[in-house]
Amino acid sequence: MGIKIALAGNPNSGKTTLFNDLTGSNQYVGNWPGVTVEKKDGLLKGHKDVTIQDLPGIYSLSPYSLEERVSRKYLVEERPDAILDIVDGTNIERNLYLTTQLAELGLPMVVAVNMMDLVDKAGDRIDFAKLGKALNCKVVGISATKGQGCADAAQSALEYAAGGRTGEVPHVFTGEVEHAIAHIEESIQGKVPQESIRWYAIKIFERDKDAIAGLELDPELLAHVEEHIKDCEKELEDDAESIITAQRYAFIQKLMARCVTKNEALRRKVRMSDKIDRVLTHRILSIPAFVAALMAMYWLAVSDNGPGTVLTDWANDGLLGDSGWFLPWSGHDSEKEGSAYAGMSWEDASDAYAKPAASIEAYEAGGGEPVEAWLEDEETGEILEDEDGNPEKWTVDAAAYAAAKAVEEPDPHDFGIWIPGAKAVLGGWLDRWGVEEGSMARALVIEGIAGGVFTVLGFVPVIAIVFLFLSFLEDCGYMARVAFIMDRLFRSFGLSGKSFIPMLVGKGCGVPAVLAARSIENQRDQRMTVILATFIPCGAKTVIIAMFSAVFFREWWWVAALMDLFGIAIIILGGIALKKTRAFAGEAAPFIMELPAYHMPTFRNIVIHTWTRVKAYAIKAGVVIFPCCVVLTLMMTFGWRFQVVDDIADSILATVGGWLAWLTAPLGFGTWQGAAASLSAEIAKEQATATLAMVAGGDGSAAANILAMFKDWGGADYKAVAFSFMLFNLFIPPCIVAVVNTFKEMGTRAWGWFAVGFQMFVGYLLALNAYQFGRLATSGAWGVWTAVAVAADLWVLWMIFRPMPKALKEAA
Amino acid sequence: MKTLKDVPVGSSAVVAKLHGEGPVKRRIMDMGIVKGVEITVRKVAPAGDPLELALRGYELSLRKDEAALVEVV
Repeated sequence: MGIKIALAGNPNSGKTTLFNDLTGSNQYVGNWPGVTVEKKDGLLKGHKDVTIQDLPGIYSLSPYSLEERVSRKYLVEERPDAILDIVDGTNIERNLYLTTQLAELGLPMVVAVNMMDLVDKAGDRIDFAKLGKALNCKVVGISATKGQGCADAAQSALEYAAGGRTGEVPHVFTGEVEHAIAHIEESIQGKVPQESIRWYAIKIFERDKDAIAGLELDPELLAHVEEHIKDCEKELEDDAESIITAQRYAFIQKLMARCVTKNEALRRKVRMSDKIDRVLTHRILSIPAFVAALMAMYWLAVSDNGPGTVLTDWANDGLLGDSGWFLPWSGHDSEKEGSAYAGMSWEDASDAYAKPAASIEAYEAGGGEPVEAWLEDEETGEILEDEDGNPEKWTVDAAAYAAAKAVEEPDPHDFGIWIPGAKAVLGGWLDRWGVEEGSMARALVIEGIAGGVFTVLGFVPVIAIVFLFLSFLEDCGYMARVAFIMDRLFRSFGLSGKSFIPMLVGKGCGVPAVLAARSIENQRDQRMTVILATFIPCGAKTVIIAMFSAVFFREWWWVAALMDLFGIAIIILGGIALKKTRAFAGEAAPFIMELPAYHMPTFRNIVIHTWTRVKAYAIKAGVVIFPCCVVLTLMMTFGWRFQVVDDIADSILATVGGWLAWLTAPLGFGTWQGAAASLSAEIAKEQATATLAMVAGGDGSAAANILAMFKDWGGADYKAVAFSFMLFNLFIPPCIVAVVNTFKEMGTRAWGWFAVGFQMFVGYLLALNAYQFGRLATSGAWGVWTAVAVAADLWVLWMIFRPMPKALKEAA
Repeated sequence: MKTLKDVPVGSSAVVAKLHGEGPVKRRIMDMGIVKGVEITVRKVAPAGDPLELALRGYELSLRKDEAALVEVV
């Protein structure tokens, strides 16, 4: 058994910085049992047997918020060996309020007054000795961002932990209250642990049922005590809880007068933080500043050539892909003498070789017969056009094949420092070990195991970038202002201003969006945000939209924007409807939020924060996602006799798709292909387009084959089927990676199923509407499912627009 | 009854009494809004709600609904 030190303090007091400094990056992040409150601990640097337990940032030890209940439950029940209480020296008055409560627990405690560099700069003075005497614990000054005094503070806490608590808990209340508390202490003597008797006495005085629930105190005793409390309330003309709170602050005010000297001359100068804030929350100027921050976020995570997209593409296609990548800035035109590509860039050379490559591939696939070959657009699967605007096809016979074979293939090594991708390297090894192309072992390793690992790793760049940016926004203090600006709008549909950021992040990727909801303290709001945030079409879903727009809705240029609008509408209407259910009813969580002073975050802090997040994702998510991906990929690659299949129609996935086809029949695509494509989209959403191309078969371009397949399914109503398929894949639960994280963030399995069930319902209903009413409009056909769609729509409208149920209103 | 909600932007008031009950009231008190403290209303958000307050040397944001629970003189 090692020593445990609990790190407690207000939010924005520099607790995380101190924790990072004390433990380094060697941290474990999880959830407190049963709730979605972050639990973080780490070993004290240089001490293998000392654990620092980071408690949630809290303002009080009241029984009302989850974080506070978690913290006090830990402190009271686990009884760490010491408390290290971190206090913001620039905001000492409010910070000491928690300190007075922590002191009552009767645990050895060291108070670390943080931000002493800023306190000194402001010309203020804090008398630690006097403060320590009044609070009966050791008080030290530190500056966590500069790393000053942190180790000493931890050392003091260690010494205190070894020595145990001595002396009395400070008496902060006035005569009559102290008198009542003394009475209570007397009557519970022997019924509670002696060292925390004052804590329990005060909790009884406050009528804090949660704190005394486990004690099983005699009701008669409580009734007797109640008289003392009532007397006290009568005398002071207030309720017990308010008396305690007000007197704590009165005690602190007196303490401040004795121990803190403020430099009034310096104080009158406007602080830098105030100057910044004048702009960032100004009634008018705040808007462009806000838009600029949004655009920065958008560019980082979502835009076509922003770092998020570039890094993700590089990770998936380059680093982990089956070809490779050039070392940055090493690319140059080929200088190889005698080569056909001398003087050309890699892109030009690849373009020049595209046609011979296509000829070779088509001819070899055709098995020696003359075949047609063409080039396809990577995104839409359409045949590329020639100069006259016609699809360009050419015939490859034996002679043309031989000619194509004779064309020199460009070697990437001539164009820069070429690093082969992980799949290419793996393929090379398998070649060397004699594992042949098309063999089961090879498919198992490359498609199954490597594919699964790489799916998990492919998300790392975007998660890292989003969290770098988010932790910057959070650490510098702007995040609170974003919530401040957006609160009014989001409250009108039942969420708070803090839900905005996760939904914005969701445009790029649903996984960090779900994780980002953690910054919302109110659990109801956090859960609702997790359920709703992934409805915004993410980067991968954009691929589906692009493909369907190009193949089916060419004349409807607004389809992509419409999908974003659908996402926003679902969030708004879903929020309104959920708020009227038992699970989410109740008054809007109060928006009582500190607006912390702005400050420049430290680089180290942001990096540790991001690293911890990415590590937690890769380890915990990987454990579940990896096998899921392996299973799905294997289902696609293998047939029932575990043979590698050439035609996906023989695969296990096709059979399973066939079993599920009845489910998607009311949506217009009750075929194994439709179900299998949707199922495979759970690996990663953009897989839907690739699988469609695979299952469509046919001998045209991918786009033409898919078009033909949908015409085959829907006849005249094929557009309705296509629209329904697109909506279904956009709005049912997100990919498996996001689903797994949704389960994690919802806290319990039941809540996870609720989230996924809700998302499934929304996606299914949208697709049902698209097909049933699309069909009605184009061919006038209707059926039982049309009636079901009408009934479901009416029910949903009722859920959205009904008045708040009376029972729930009263409960609130 | 004059509440914090009625205090014009840029001016200050002293808290006289807290109304309401339960978690919201406790939360307001925990943040230092108790009888006798002086509060300055610094700003209103662009959409007209919430408010930005200054008290005890720090800034706090409070919705108008909650500000209406704080009686001031």
